[in-house]
Amino acid sequence: MYDVAVIGAGITGTFIARELSRYDLKIALIERDTDVANETTKANSALVHAGYDATPNTLKAKLNSMGNPLFDQVCKELDVPFKRIGSLVLAFDEEDIESIKELYERGIQNKIPNLKILSKEEVLKIEPNINEEIKGALYAPTAGIVSPWELAVALAENAVDNGVKLKLDSKVTNINKIDDEYEIYMGKETLKTKYVINCTGVHADKINEMVGSKTFGIHPRRGQYNILDKSAGNFVNHTIFQAPNKLGKGVVVAPTVHGNLLVGPDAEDLDDRENKSTTNERIAFIRETARKTSKNIPFHETITSFSGLRAVPSTGDFIIEESKDAKGFINVAGIESPGLSASPAIAKYVVKILKGITDITENKDFNPVRKPFIRFMELSNEAKEEIIKKDPRYGKIICRCEMITEGEIVDVIHRNAGATTVDAIKRRARPGMGRCQGGFCGPRVMEILARELNIKITDVTKDSKKSYILTEPTKN
Amino acid sequence: MKKEMICIVCPMGCHLEVNKQGEEYTVEGNKCKRGQEYAVKELTAPTRVVTTTVKIKNGNLNRLPVKTKEAIPKDKIFECMKLIDSIEVTAPIHVGDVIIKDILGTGVDLVAARDM
Amino acid sequence: MLKYDVVVIGGGPAGLAAAIEAKENGVDSILVIERDRELGGILQQCIHNGFGLHIFKEELTGPEYAQRFIHKLKDMNIEYKLDTMVLDVNEEKIIHVINEKDGLMVLQGKAIVLAMGCRERTRGAVNIGGTRPAGVFTAGTAQRFVNMEGYMVGKKVVILGSGDIGLIMARRLTLEGAEVLAVAELMPYSGGLTRNIVQCLDDYNIPLLLSHTVIDIKGKDRVEEVVIAKVDEKRRPIPGTEKNFECDTLLLSVGLIPENELSKNAGIKIDPITSGPIVNEAMETNIEGIFACGNVVHVHDLVDFVTGESKRAGKNAAKYIKNQLKKQGKIIDTNPGQGIRYIVPHEIRLENIEEKLDLFMRVDGVYKNMDMVVSIGNKEIKRIKKKHLAPGEMESITLSKSDLSQDGVLTISLKKEEL
Repeated sequence: MYDVAVIGAGITGTFIARELSRYDLKIALIERDTDVANETTKANSALVHAGYDATPNTLKAKLNSMGNPLFDQVCKELDVPFKRIGSLVLAFDEEDIESIKELYERGIQNKIPNLKILSKEEVLKIEPNINEEIKGALYAPTAGIVSPWELAVALAENAVDNGVKLKLDSKVTNINKIDDEYEIYMGKETLKTKYVINCTGVHADKINEMVGSKTFGIHPRRGQYNILDKSAGNFVNHTIFQAPNKLGKGVVVAPTVHGNLLVGPDAEDLDDRENKSTTNERIAFIRETARKTSKNIPFHETITSFSGLRAVPSTGDFIIEESKDAKGFINVAGIESPGLSASPAIAKYVVKILKGITDITENKDFNPVRKPFIRFMELSNEAKEEIIKKDPRYGKIICRCEMITEGEIVDVIHRNAGATTVDAIKRRARPGMGRCQGGFCGPRVMEILARELNIKITDVTKDSKKSYILTEPTKN
Repeated sequence: MKKEMICIVCPMGCHLEVNKQGEEYTVEGNKCKRGQEYAVKELTAPTRVVTTTVKIKNGNLNRLPVKTKEAIPKDKIFECMKLIDSIEVTAPIHVGDVIIKDILGTGVDLVAARDM
Repeated sequence: MLKYDVVVIGGGPAGLAAAIEAKENGVDSILVIERDRELGGILQQCIHNGFGLHIFKEELTGPEYAQRFIHKLKDMNIEYKLDTMVLDVNEEKIIHVINEKDGLMVLQGKAIVLAMGCRERTRGAVNIGGTRPAGVFTAGTAQRFVNMEGYMVGKKVVILGSGDIGLIMARRLTLEGAEVLAVAELMPYSGGLTRNIVQCLDDYNIPLLLSHTVIDIKGKDRVEEVVIAKVDEKRRPIPGTEKNFECDTLLLSVGLIPENELSKNAGIKIDPITSGPIVNEAMETNIEGIFACGNVVHVHDLVDFVTGESKRAGKNAAKYIKNQLKKQGKIIDTNPGQGIRYIVPHEIRLENIEEKLDLFMRVDGVYKNMDMVVSIGNKEIKRIKKKHLAPGEMESITLSKSDLSQDGVLTISLKKEEL
């Protein structure tokens, strides 16, 4: 019998599981995919918003402004890249100026520190590549960039280090409430728990309806992005937004924490909760929209594109509360933007809710620190020499674009919440994230994965169970 | 009879024009005399060199590249592949080693294309 | 710090030829650095034939061609390191490299030859929409799996791009038992050698769909379908021409890009058209003593030309070390004119030309019956008749030292044939 089952191992679920592992609880973290961080968490703008955008007094506003300052510590504890680079909202005409002033006012109400409206000259001084037609910008120095999937992976690992049971490849098919307990059906396995925390993103309403009536709806809103090569990573120095106007919210142009350039997203309401395709029309649209920020974005250096689904709640705000129909069942739903930014605070908020339901005691053995991840290329020459001496696998570069060593790849396979697929390795150690997109390192990564997991190379998958890469040996 | 074709003897890819008058062939567009031979052969009895791999034991790779030393009749390619796919060699092998002698009675040997 | 006269980065055909040629020109202290497990580079996976006609006057497969150079390199006792990666190169020609055995090493070459080759363009670079299932490979990656590792990448295959690797893989996969449904090509002409269309597609009745492209990839876990549409003259898909191909695999042969991250970080100037270093007649980059050759400079379609160009780089690296490479004297810039996309080399120092100089270039479209005209300043110095020209087939022109005695910029252009 578990005390708590967290369903969904995205950024919210992993954050909550890790936060709960600070307490003496038996916790399960349930995920339908073969890896954590495999849905919306791996496909979003990767931004830690300052917090001026959300309507004051909403959960979004409260949890964003609470969550933002928490990133420094958690990313340090978990050895996850995070940079507080600041953001700019560009204004191109008088209407835009009014709009950024409004954002500034909202920011003051949301208690966002150090906001400033910059003149055209001030903006161009810090961002020389952007469109000279700008009139001014709202500057928010506390905005940051993070790698959301690496953060979620690290949270999951740290949660497992602290006793959480991670159940991958476990799609929840039904939940039964029997007295004060829940039975969660996951195909091959059934699990009993006292409390359930529903963090299932675009599926959260469906999971909620397994135990109660329909109290909210979720619909998927797709956003598409381009990622440009690291050679374009210095194109801008801050996260650049466009002032929202009648035509929409514009698109973001931002450096990523690994030094690429990200452009996107658009917003497209869909019915299909699994449709993560990219479309040529929409990619063309985000490129065209981004031209307002700068006409010179080097799109010919695009290395990949992707799309993700935001979980848009019917209520307009995050839904984080115990179900009225099912005691002990806590919904964490509608975590659209600024969900990532709010996620550290959401975890604390959920713990507070649970504390209101039951008494929990601290886990004295909780260790917030994850075993550091050695990023070979970031080491000094001396440290590089030393680590190769200790483990020669760090002397073998597997991914030549991102310069990732065999040592790093083996490391991410054997950690808690470790990688079992090619994409899972890519998310953790980055081979294949570069300009050749795995063309050279793909076969080598598969070889390592097969060897370390002691499986046949033909059983190595890209991502899902059925995403086989090789069919059979030749001349079979 | 007039036929246009592209010479495949070498990567130059000469555009050939072949004329047949009685039993006589005249070839134009070839930059070397092998183009002449090719054109006539392609019309009478086309042949191709087969390049593929065979299974190898104890090699540093799973497959050894091989080729037919000369071109074999085009219509025997798949039969030839079937035979090649059924065998396994053992390292060490040297480039030029005969892997299958006189493959399918064509008079052409299958040879190794590298050391392994 | 380990010091060498010549450090060659890359042990593929370019690096091997450059190292051997440097040795033959009297350099003793040479190191070849190779990141893969063996020498030979991409030739080891190019098991088809068609290599060596210019250099050896016989038709060899890729591995055979590589084998000859590997044997020679070993016979000449040229030092090489396998499984070794260069982390960076700088202007002082100091190189950081790592491998499992030696750890981190700092090397310095009096001369460096860059011979890192090229990489394939990917799905992301050409922006093909759709889902992200397994089963989308670049043709070269598939070639490595099939020919070296011995694994099939799929059973029903569509290929986008009719570059040589795409064509060769169509035949290769067919011979290994897969069904190749079609090869789609965005352009109205093939990017590969014509002989490969004959012997890789026509021989096996594989349709070549010119002016077509893949506009959508479907499939949740593994590719289930690709959608191909016809494109107009501006290469935009024409609505209503979409055709669905049920398949489990999509191979992409959509171009090669010289791999110059090391070069760029060292401060070497890159030609935006070739994506390779700007080089002079000695295959020397803008950094004195750093040479470049092969596909890192511009993508070749014949390895024989890579060998020729790399011998030139190796020989000149040797001359550079012996202070025989002249920096003074007349310099002629080359300039691609009408119909020509680029010319390598970009600059010719006349003093260093012994007898003749080979210029390599590509045309920008398919042409029939044209004259390739070389002029310096206003004076025409050479005119060559061409029955057939295509972007997929690199052209070369050999000029003698006396051809180059004029003053001005050297321009090569295509003109309508003068009868």
